[in-house]
Amino acid sequence: MSVTAAPAETSAAPSPRGPMANFFIRLVRDKPLGAIGAVIFLLFLICGVFADVLAPYGINQISPVNRLKPPSARFWLGTDHLGRDMLSRILYGAQLSVIIGFAAATLATIISVVIGIVTGYLGGKVDLIVQRVVDAWMSFPELIILIVVVSVLGPGMIQVIFVLGLTFGIGGSRIIRGAVVSVREQMYVHSAQSMGASTPRILLQHILPNVLPPIIVLFTTRVGAVILVESGLSFLGFGVPPPAPTWGGMLSGTGRTYMYMAPWLALAPGLCLTLVVYGINVLGDAMRDLLDPRMRGSR
Amino acid sequence: MLDANVADAPLLVVEDLKVHFPVMAGTLFQKQVASVKAVDGVSFTLKRGETLGLVGESGCGKSTTGLAILRMLDITGGRVVFDGQDITRHDRAAMRPIRKRMQMVYQDPFGSLNPRMKVVDLIAEPMIVHDILPNSAARSDRARELLALVGLRPDMADRYIHEFSGGQRQRIGVARALAMSPELLICDEPVSALDVSIQAQIVNLFQDLQQSLGLTYVFVAHDLAVVRHISDRIAVMYLGRIVEIADRETLYKRPQHPYTQALLAAVPIPDPEIEANRPQVAVTGEVPSALRPPPGCRFHTRCPRATDVCRVDEPALRDLGGGQMVSCHHA
Repeated sequence: MSVTAAPAETSAAPSPRGPMANFFIRLVRDKPLGAIGAVIFLLFLICGVFADVLAPYGINQISPVNRLKPPSARFWLGTDHLGRDMLSRILYGAQLSVIIGFAAATLATIISVVIGIVTGYLGGKVDLIVQRVVDAWMSFPELIILIVVVSVLGPGMIQVIFVLGLTFGIGGSRIIRGAVVSVREQMYVHSAQSMGASTPRILLQHILPNVLPPIIVLFTTRVGAVILVESGLSFLGFGVPPPAPTWGGMLSGTGRTYMYMAPWLALAPGLCLTLVVYGINVLGDAMRDLLDPRMRGSR
Repeated sequence: MLDANVADAPLLVVEDLKVHFPVMAGTLFQKQVASVKAVDGVSFTLKRGETLGLVGESGCGKSTTGLAILRMLDITGGRVVFDGQDITRHDRAAMRPIRKRMQMVYQDPFGSLNPRMKVVDLIAEPMIVHDILPNSAARSDRARELLALVGLRPDMADRYIHEFSGGQRQRIGVARALAMSPELLICDEPVSALDVSIQAQIVNLFQDLQQSLGLTYVFVAHDLAVVRHISDRIAVMYLGRIVEIADRETLYKRPQHPYTQALLAAVPIPDPEIEANRPQVAVTGEVPSALRPPPGCRFHTRCPRATDVCRVDEPALRDLGGGQMVSCHHA
């Protein structure tokens, strides 16, 4: 064979479109499920950002005459036990969930990546000691930590974000560390070291891009997990305090109480939660595949 | 006159190089319980433009020697002198300017190139690390030049590494090693992961580059045919030591050490009659552990000519004249 022969033309000439446009074209063409996830995710973001404009009623606009009304042309998703419009509350709930989900998942991912990369790359005693601290932290149920924080600082969104971000972040560092340990032993890392590359350069240029797949998956699963855990916390009264309309709060509070009389109270937030978590997860999977140069041209 | 002196001065001097790896026991408070003597007293000098072949079976310390010269490993004892400068105890910062001048070509062209970087970025990386060319356009041009130099098309620069074959990847590895215009290349089995048909092309590439760029090679390999083709001098290693070192022709025609003889006898000759009639040198058994090398001559446990003196006395590397050095009591 001739060595200079061109390999299979997997990558065509660089397209004139920008990398973002290319990414979306490939998303739609190669990963239709991921594209659906992206649409769900986008709708969720729009609802969250424009809740004030979209909501037909105020979140806490009580209307005793219209208590527990089933879905109708006037109240698309019905009303709750105080006569508040469920659609409006779901839209505002999206706003809170966006903020909590993304803030906590971002915080968690940053913590995971920093701890995971540093301990995984440095190894040795640093790794041993830090990972034992992680073990100790992981053996506490997050609920107990949250109860302690809430009893000291009082309930609120910031506390929830902080505690969930920290707990998920420290636990997730184990996954990143594992990926880093396997990448660290790759010859290309060794080769960068022999070239005289600095540690930050090796971490950012060689380690980080090659542990991107678990980071993306970690982040997207964490967004879903945070929204779910927050709903559990709201149920126990440790989440964002009422009357703020979180989906978890609606599901586990009024939704559960009036499940038989007014099932739409549980169905609406429950379905929204499921849909959004599903959308983010399939989008994350698609992104993981599309961002890997080895997967170019494959489906 | 000055030029002649510079040309004659050795580029690389390795003196009694020792690399021992500690064997640790215990979890938090570790204690050294033993050491693996991967390289235990290796010496050679290398002139500019010369190629030294380092051969030996797996685990004899040939790759470790290469890594120690690059200071990728801590040196336990001895000295490494590069271009008149003792780099044995250089720390990371002191090694940085030296790293530009000595580069490594890896055995595995699949694992040694980051799959998430484009070829152009892979080749440009050493230039960024050492701040050779300040802007990315100049680096990209240089990367394309280097691709052409190693026999690839410059327009392949925007591809990712998984789009190339093994031989092409190894060419990219060479281009990357050449990016800083090094003087010394440590080639760690650079062709053993390739198909035989590609091996010859890569070996020829190394030779062409040596001629046009005046490179000096330490060529680590276990394939004696490849080493014979490329090396000026060859050092045979066994259990962390050089047992014989000589120029190519002498070593292949008049091997003196029983281990060298056995290695050469193991190379099949593509002629059944000669193959059947040539003398056989039998070496039996396994390589002893580098944790506890045998006393006396390290090879005596497997040597067909071993006598009492071999079991007690470790032979020194003796000069037999003509640049041939052998460590054997019976040579």
